[in-house]
Amino acid sequence: MSTGVQRRALRTVTTLGFWVFMTLLTLIPIWWMFVVSMRSRVELFSRPNLAISRLFLENYSNVLTDSAFQRYMTNSIVVSTSNAVLVMALALLATYALSRYKLTGSDNIFFWLITNRMAPPAAFLLPLFIMFTRSFRIGDWTLFDTQLGLILLYCVFNLPFAIWLLKGVVDGIPIELDDAAMIDGAGLGGVLRHVVIPLAGPGLAVTGILSWVFAWNEYLFAANLTSVEARTITTGLAEFVTVTGTNWGELAAMSMITLIPSAIIVIVAQRYIVMGLTFGAVKE
Amino acid sequence: MRNPRTGWLLLSPTLIILIVFGFMPFLYVLVVGFFDWNVFAAEAGMRFNGLGNFRRLVFDDLFLTSVGLTIRFALFAIVSEVVLGFLLAQMLTRNFPGKSVFRIIHTFPLMIAPIAVGAIWRLLVIPGFGPVPFFLDRWFGLTYQIGTYPDQALATSVIMDVWHWTPFVTLTMLAGLSAMPREPVEQAKVDGASRLQVFWYVTLPFLRPVLLTTVFIRIMDAIRTVDEVWMLAGGGPGTRFTGIYIWRVTSPGASADWGYGSSISLITLYLTIVLCWLLFIAISGRRKGEVE
Repeated sequence: MSTGVQRRALRTVTTLGFWVFMTLLTLIPIWWMFVVSMRSRVELFSRPNLAISRLFLENYSNVLTDSAFQRYMTNSIVVSTSNAVLVMALALLATYALSRYKLTGSDNIFFWLITNRMAPPAAFLLPLFIMFTRSFRIGDWTLFDTQLGLILLYCVFNLPFAIWLLKGVVDGIPIELDDAAMIDGAGLGGVLRHVVIPLAGPGLAVTGILSWVFAWNEYLFAANLTSVEARTITTGLAEFVTVTGTNWGELAAMSMITLIPSAIIVIVAQRYIVMGLTFGAVKE
Repeated sequence: MRNPRTGWLLLSPTLIILIVFGFMPFLYVLVVGFFDWNVFAAEAGMRFNGLGNFRRLVFDDLFLTSVGLTIRFALFAIVSEVVLGFLLAQMLTRNFPGKSVFRIIHTFPLMIAPIAVGAIWRLLVIPGFGPVPFFLDRWFGLTYQIGTYPDQALATSVIMDVWHWTPFVTLTMLAGLSAMPREPVEQAKVDGASRLQVFWYVTLPFLRPVLLTTVFIRIMDAIRTVDEVWMLAGGGPGTRFTGIYIWRVTSPGASADWGYGSSISLITLYLTIVLCWLLFIAISGRRKGEVE
């Protein structure tokens, strides 16, 4: 009897110890970046230690008052938010169509959607660059280096996952509710506004949040399809590393700022991250 | 009552965006890959080149090396992630104090921008003030410098990827394990099966769909990896993966050989598709074998 209790206690302690260890492995790299962001150039090159000796905020204030950084930040927020809203709207219309109408070849459309998400983005950089600079041109204006270009382009990887995630949600809404609303004289807009959107609300929110993060995190397209005006925060991060010398403290400070949305999202949308990353193939 | 035309109308904005920004680039590389097109050459026009670009590609050592490196990177990283992720998920099926907090912290790296992950690890390994080279030298007398030793750079990329993506495997495995009924496991234990036998004959077959989905998604993502490894090592030796190679060759500033760049894109897309297809065959073939 007592051995059973002892064994269970031992097991709990081992599990706890293991998870404390795992948590340290996860957090120490991030903590080190925080330490670097709180140090001046001179302090950095002394013996590495993980403690923060004093409050040194110059890296943060330098970054935050820099006009280029402010532009990057604004661009990232505008692009991610517009993209998330656009993806939510288009994905809702698309899933409603796929769920309620008998469309020939809708299975193939589904498969094609997922291939858009799986293709290596590096392979499309060149054609997209040519399209952005040459094909989409009105007078002097091109899609290159515009927020609009990024907002539309990010739909390519966000729409597929959004549709896959929302399909399950919309399929779960009984079609009888639509019919009842229609008999009461509601048009398509009315059905969407009064039936589908309220019931699919949580799913839509998750879709929006995850689209926002994916757009916020994107680097490769932003780095190649913008030059000055529409550069985002991730490209700004990469620009810190230069041949002539890198200001590691400011790089760390900027990375810490980039992490904030991720931290919030992990806490708020924890349960849905897996669904979002596996196109709803794995649910929790 | 429901007119398909309305359905297509609702679907059309999505289709238009995906065709313009997803399918047209594909057509573009499909065509340009067979042309000689160098914008800064004396003759800047496109000239049909047949399979010339592909002939050049087969003998391009840098490209072949990058494919080999990418495969090694993906293999090491994914095997480690699956083993570690499964063990962690198994531990999360039991109750212990503080479980949800540990789980949230464990999930955290998943949502960090890849470029920031690269920055985090670069700060750890940078010669001069990074703690990793410092302590490796002090404790083990090991000279660690990813700019000089390709194997160390590859190993660091793998460890970084494991740090970043193991939580994904943990969460999918946990979802799979939570959906598993208790009875078969209990039954097997009653019949005297060892823990290893229970795992091999009961748990693993049940987890197979989730496991395959996870591995499939991980392979696709590992092949596409660019940002974090670029930020970590700046394309140094040992980390020139295919994604990075394509990016450097096709990036408008670096080279203007658009025809050759397109042919590389095309062959990479092709390799990706073949890999998906092989994986699919392996899955369905094994399943069929089991039913018989």
